[in-house]
Amino acid sequence: MIQSEQPMISVQHLNKQFGPGCPQCMNPGSRKLYKNFCTVCHTVYSCQDVSFDLYPGEIIGVVGESGSGKSTMMRCLYFDQEATSGEVYLQAYKDGSRNLFAESTQQKRYIRNHLMGKVYQNPMLGLRMDFTSIGNIAEKMIAAGSRRVSEMETRGMELLEKVHIPIHRIKEAPKHFSGGMQQRVQIAKALSNRPPVLLLDEVTTGLDLSVQASVLDLIKALQRELGISIVLVSHDLGVVRMLADRTLVMLDGRVVEEGLTDQILEDPQEAYTQQLVHSLL
Amino acid sequence: MNSLLTIEHLSKTFTLYNLDQQIEAAADVSLHVNEGEFIGITGKSGSGKSTVLRCIYRTYLPQKGTIRYQSAAYGEVDLASAPDRVMIDLRKREIGYVSQFLNVMPRTTARELVTQALLEMGKDPQQAAGETERMLDHFELDSKLRDSYPATFSGGEKLRLNIARAMVKRPRLLLLDEPTASLDHASKVKVKTLIEQLMHEGTTMLGIFHDLEFMEGLCSRQYHMQDGRFHEGGTPEAAGRFLRDQKV
Repeated sequence: MIQSEQPMISVQHLNKQFGPGCPQCMNPGSRKLYKNFCTVCHTVYSCQDVSFDLYPGEIIGVVGESGSGKSTMMRCLYFDQEATSGEVYLQAYKDGSRNLFAESTQQKRYIRNHLMGKVYQNPMLGLRMDFTSIGNIAEKMIAAGSRRVSEMETRGMELLEKVHIPIHRIKEAPKHFSGGMQQRVQIAKALSNRPPVLLLDEVTTGLDLSVQASVLDLIKALQRELGISIVLVSHDLGVVRMLADRTLVMLDGRVVEEGLTDQILEDPQEAYTQQLVHSLL
Repeated sequence: MNSLLTIEHLSKTFTLYNLDQQIEAAADVSLHVNEGEFIGITGKSGSGKSTVLRCIYRTYLPQKGTIRYQSAAYGEVDLASAPDRVMIDLRKREIGYVSQFLNVMPRTTARELVTQALLEMGKDPQQAAGETERMLDHFELDSKLRDSYPATFSGGEKLRLNIARAMVKRPRLLLLDEPTASLDHASKVKVKTLIEQLMHEGTTMLGIFHDLEFMEGLCSRQYHMQDGRFHEGGTPEAAGRFLRDQKV
């Protein structure tokens, strides 16, 4: 039964602001902003009261225009940036009893290395371009506590094979690879510690269609075979339609609409979502 | 008889912000379906038939009214307001939907498409594979086609696959949105056989058909829709009368 199920990750009232705030914008209830920007003190409110639950084995889509706060939310969840306020609970960490944002830096590093994986839109952020590909995977595995070379090698080969990197190129540095290959090495790296949660930030943006297809098939297979829970941020509504059961729509740092993906696409309720959906070719 | 689905005062209006328009697609629709029945909805195109089915499946969010469904797993659920997660689970296990259009997963073969539907329900792979074969055999889908992509299929083949995928689950409630619209006679007969078989196994169905003859022998009751409302208040007798008049 679904009703008794615990969310894998629960995000509650996540806020992220850049800037100190001022009397005009401090109070969330009476905030006067131009989009997500305070015209008086120039504070940017990138995430405002973002809440959602992600369940085991589920893919949740996050769509919205550039600057709507999607990537900032992902960065906060992966501790790349510190959230201003809010709570996030991870089922795999102390049975979801602790707010991850309140944990020590050391614990956050543990969570990041052992319990989460992230794939960035820009492979430069997720990979060490001068290491070998298999070395990149080993790096993440060492961070997660692995010490045996043979084990890392086997796992690395297995993963790179899964993402279709030819065996004879695994000792090459990702800087020699095409964008699509780099993206796939990133996915392999993110998976190396067998994380229960995967954060995918625009993984297919900028890839050519055939490579995009193989990355999408890979994500689908990962969810189906390994039961990984995935937050999938994408501009591409087609990608979200194909992969996500549920979708959040973000605008100016807020979640303006959420629902079943087909309902969001067929019967969008908000003016912004309608505009977004009607922009689909 | 136990009731399975009770719709009361369902209304659906689309608000189109960029055109500053409101479109009333269904107004004050009430409908009652008992377990094991086959209910037909008729009406001109644009009269709101599909809207009603899509509201039941939650592709559309209704503004007003309730859609009370008796679920095997959850008891009584109002499909108009049930949580998304419950809706997803019900779609996987209990409620099927067949439309005229096949929404295919790219790069998924016909066989995989049907098997996946069963795996989603939690069937074991071997059993799922067996049931898939039987279903595809029934629809006489060429064995060469089974391992190719549905995007390359003809209209009729796609439709047969679509129906196979929904029916293989033996859902508790099956919503049929003109599934036979572009099928040849032989395929229609196959769909009909399967509908009869599913009825026999206890699946309740709610279907839209333009083909009145196809419906004739199957339907327990019929409703007729006009301008988003049920004709003459939606009594099945009135619909029957209307249909007879139409035929003459």
